[in-house]
Amino acid sequence: MMNKKLAAGFALGLALTLAGCASQKQKTLYGWGNYQNQLYEHFKTEGNGNEAEIAALEENLQKIRAQGEAVPPGYHAHLGMLYASVGKDDQVIQQLQTEKALFPESTPYMDFLMNNYKKGAAK
Amino acid sequence: MIAGTCKALAASLLVLLATGCATKQQKSYDYSEFRAARPASILVLPPVNNSAEVIAPYGILAQATQPLAESGYYVIPVSLAAETFKQNGLSNPADIHELPVPKLREIFGADAALYMKITSYGTSYQVVQSETLVAAEARLVDLRSGKLLWQGSARASSLEQQQQNSNGLIGMLVAAVVNQIVSTTSDASYKIAGITSYRLLGAGNHNGLLYGPRSPYYQKN
Repeated sequence: MMNKKLAAGFALGLALTLAGCASQKQKTLYGWGNYQNQLYEHFKTEGNGNEAEIAALEENLQKIRAQGEAVPPGYHAHLGMLYASVGKDDQVIQQLQTEKALFPESTPYMDFLMNNYKKGAAK
Repeated sequence: MIAGTCKALAASLLVLLATGCATKQQKSYDYSEFRAARPASILVLPPVNNSAEVIAPYGILAQATQPLAESGYYVIPVSLAAETFKQNGLSNPADIHELPVPKLREIFGADAALYMKITSYGTSYQVVQSETLVAAEARLVDLRSGKLLWQGSARASSLEQQQQNSNGLIGMLVAAVVNQIVSTTSDASYKIAGITSYRLLGAGNHNGLLYGPRSPYYQKN
């Protein structure tokens, strides 16, 4: 009787120990999808595939949002740069502002980019 | 007799609990500068390429964001940073690595910069079997003080058994990255570079980077 209780206690303890290890496998902080693959394509094509990249990244963004995941650092800013290359000026600033709002750490660089962009657009 | 067995089992359980999931490790990195600096954002500079593969810096740079961001850092958008350097007449990574630290801080506003050097990248074809190997070194430098916060190196090879390094979160993520990439591109070096990148830049690896402020593990390791 006593031993059964001990055995049960041990089994429970073992289960908790193993569960403790297992629970370390937790969710990622962000949803990534094809983002890094698109960055690779972007570098490889040296800006010659921007339209296709925009389409792929917009679709991926929908998926990330649909899954309730957070958008990774750099995603909106990268999209903003691609919009600039195809002349979608209104969306450039919007994307850089979104990056800044999601990640206040990006503020100095986003401000630097937006100032440069506005100067360039005013020429 | 049975009670004795139970005692032994209980004792072994305690040992299991005490050692937990930790693996035995030697020589620890001195993190005192890193801990004091508490960087929150990282600027990844275009890597210096010492391999024969021209495309190597693209493979490494494109896959540097995920391990750093999942470790809890804000990562300055790598594509935009590369573009900013280019627009300022800097396309050679070796020149970029020589830029004064205060200048980088002024433009990008990042707390720290990551200087990477690719030492191997690509597939060597041999008689019996070919090997795809990617190896790289990294240094994390504080852009406010100029101090070296951390340095490390990592490699990954197609000849390894996959299970060997699949420990915990990092292992799971590497598996996910590999599965994802296999289905979208056939570039073997790119796939291996993704694993190298996780080993080099994922926090929680032995003597690896510390977790950043956006991670639930921040200041817990």
